[in-house]
Amino acid sequence: MTARYSVGIDLGTTHCVLSYVDLEAGDDQVVLDVLAIPQLTGPGSIEDKAQLPSFTYLAHPAEIAEGATALPWTAKPEYLVGEIARNLGSKTPIRLVSSAKSWLCHAGVDCKQAILPVEAPEEVARISPFAATKAYLQHLRDAWNHRFPEQHLQDQDVTITVPASFDPAARELTVEAARAVGLGQAVLLEEPQAALYSWIENSEGDWRNHVQIGDVILVADIGGGTTDLSLIAVTEQDGNLQLTRVAVGDHILLGGDNMDLALAYTVKAKLEQDGGKRLESWQLQALTHACREAKEKLFNQPELGSMPLVVASRGSSLIGGTLRTELTRDELNRILVEGFLPWVPIDERPVVRPRSGLRTAGLPYAQDAGITRHLAAFLSRQKDATGELSDHLLPEHASFLHPTAVLFNGGVLKAGLMAERLMQILNNWLQAEQAEPARLLQGADLDLAVARGAAYYGFVRKGKGVRIKGGTAAAYYVGIESSMPAVPGLPAEIEALCIAPFGMEEGSEQELPNDEFGLVIGEPVRFRFFASKTRRDDVVGVRLEHWQDDELEELDEIEITLPEEGRHAGDIVPVHLSAAVTEVGTLELKAVSKRDQQRWKIEFDVRAGEAG
Amino acid sequence: MNTYTIDLSLRPTTFDLWHVCLAGTAALLALILIVVLISVLLGMRRCKSAAPAVVAVAPQPEIKIVEKIVEVEKIVQAPAPEPVVLKEATPDAALQLLSLLQKEARFIDFIKEDVSAFSDAEIGAAARVVHQGCSKAVSEHFTLAPVSNDPEGNRVTLNKGFDAASFRLTGNIVGEAPFTGTLVHKGWQVTELRLPKLTEGHNTKIVAPAEVEL
Repeated sequence: MTARYSVGIDLGTTHCVLSYVDLEAGDDQVVLDVLAIPQLTGPGSIEDKAQLPSFTYLAHPAEIAEGATALPWTAKPEYLVGEIARNLGSKTPIRLVSSAKSWLCHAGVDCKQAILPVEAPEEVARISPFAATKAYLQHLRDAWNHRFPEQHLQDQDVTITVPASFDPAARELTVEAARAVGLGQAVLLEEPQAALYSWIENSEGDWRNHVQIGDVILVADIGGGTTDLSLIAVTEQDGNLQLTRVAVGDHILLGGDNMDLALAYTVKAKLEQDGGKRLESWQLQALTHACREAKEKLFNQPELGSMPLVVASRGSSLIGGTLRTELTRDELNRILVEGFLPWVPIDERPVVRPRSGLRTAGLPYAQDAGITRHLAAFLSRQKDATGELSDHLLPEHASFLHPTAVLFNGGVLKAGLMAERLMQILNNWLQAEQAEPARLLQGADLDLAVARGAAYYGFVRKGKGVRIKGGTAAAYYVGIESSMPAVPGLPAEIEALCIAPFGMEEGSEQELPNDEFGLVIGEPVRFRFFASKTRRDDVVGVRLEHWQDDELEELDEIEITLPEEGRHAGDIVPVHLSAAVTEVGTLELKAVSKRDQQRWKIEFDVRAGEAG
Repeated sequence: MNTYTIDLSLRPTTFDLWHVCLAGTAALLALILIVVLISVLLGMRRCKSAAPAVVAVAPQPEIKIVEKIVEVEKIVQAPAPEPVVLKEATPDAALQLLSLLQKEARFIDFIKEDVSAFSDAEIGAAARVVHQGCSKAVSEHFTLAPVSNDPEGNRVTLNKGFDAASFRLTGNIVGEAPFTGTLVHKGWQVTELRLPKLTEGHNTKIVAPAEVEL
């Protein structure tokens, strides 16, 4: 059965959105719709909303009346997800699972182990980040099938977006979660690319007049929980404009939620100083909420000098126990604009404090809140990103890659003040190196762009529009102990063997030419695994003996166990490694026996390992 | 039922456009009947099944009904007034709205509190909570638009046949439409309604559950 719709799923850290295009509606007309997702908002009450909050609530059996969690398609869902989860969880955080997506990309954690919520007491049956991801996808699938009973989601073209900075293991887990709910046909798309697709779709063919050959578009996506950066170059092939994604940034856990929290803590300090009373945690939460609303008001209405903040008491007496204070424009500027978008020179880098040894298990949040420092680091590191493109010549003296256009995405940049400031700083850097200021590409829908772009991508995959080329955003290496004699006190020298080059296209495969590994049958063999987002010239088989610290980033180990089928345990089989990028967009590593061409898959999801 | 018999000898005393239309309709229906009958006959000839025979019977009374209505309208000059049925407002929707306003805006808490003991500043602070929440609850569940798009204070003219439910006339109401007057209030109408759906057995009378922190 051929797909009727192209469906885009933005599986966000804080929200999920599903958008779709009717592929049979006509040839050139793209009509995008966003699915209103029925979800519980509280016990017994169901509403349709465009966004499904990415939260799961693990309710106590006595907490909710029988039948009060029914959804249009099931009498009793396995997990409470969406608005109800966020609402109940705001008062009972020990049972709330949040940011499951960030955990997927968290090195050193087994994402299929029931670890969330981290702070939950013993008796709460925790779930894995993988299970939570599956639950959101399942809800979206059921909502779709309820709306389109004749056109099941399982039969449509589905695109799921992931952060550009997702490592191969996190991508694999996302695809696996989709497969587990019957969406085996789903393909992956990087979020900044989706945002650009949405901009292209939105311009209705006019985009070619807004960019030209030689442009480098910086896509800055500052969402609720993460900041994602990508560079896309505009090139030419056979007289047509072509888009090539040339670089992606690191996974930075920093976003709008941090900003609201920063405001709330400042106001809290002010209140405690004035009143001498300590605020309770529920008050801080209400304050965060009030700060978010005040922030939006102040950003949208430049004439306002300050916004009153009110935290009502929890009891039925509303007037008596109310806590009052205000958020001034000065505070907003100082904390958000100066704090998150500080005015820094291009050579400044994010501050990294050494992690304390006894860190509680948690997400590796960015230590430096200065988004502009992260941006400076990214642009400087990617100075050579367009080196191979003949249309993109960087001046000799350039100390960073010069973007010529900027596309914004994510809720934070809806605030004009923040967007302007980011542009000012970037243009200031450019000016210092006598480069033209970058233009801001207009007309993006910052909240829904990713889902819309993903739905449009299904259209593009049918050959109906310009496709962003990219391939893998990193080169991948396995670590091999070198054959040097061991020196006491020093760890064995390690060499990095390139097994997948930068920019490998979907559906292509590379095999290691010569190197052979002896794998022992029946015993798990582990490799150290590295990625580099800057080494663009390494081809398969290259062995690196030395590299700079920031060139290679160690990922989780990969593991392979050869089954005993037809062989003796303990035998050694010579294999070579092969890497392929699947059509879906995941990296697949295989061990291939030279003798009989038998293949075994190498698993990524061996996170944590002994350490966990 | 002898009231439905057709008196073919009855003739109209006057002949106006209305009768011409009726006659035309009757002729048209008769033509349709003939065509149907012919096609049924042809069909029966082709395949001798019993089913078309049933169809053939059906259209006949249809024609009669149309003619019947003509007669009834002529004879019964003043139909008996229909009993007035008043719409009963469903309590669930009202309770739901109360619950939404309480959840988002602490509406009931505010209304139920004795404000006489508090200063204006204190009430004002609480009013912000109520205002912000009400505004959120209302804009989330209703799409509101003004009834009249003219600015308040402008002179507006209501032509004959205006919707009296949408525009209320006040003051010196005399004469015939068109009416011209000052727009005092632009009015509000709900163009879209998005109330939450409820699960079976959900007790809407609990507009805010008691909260117990453990």
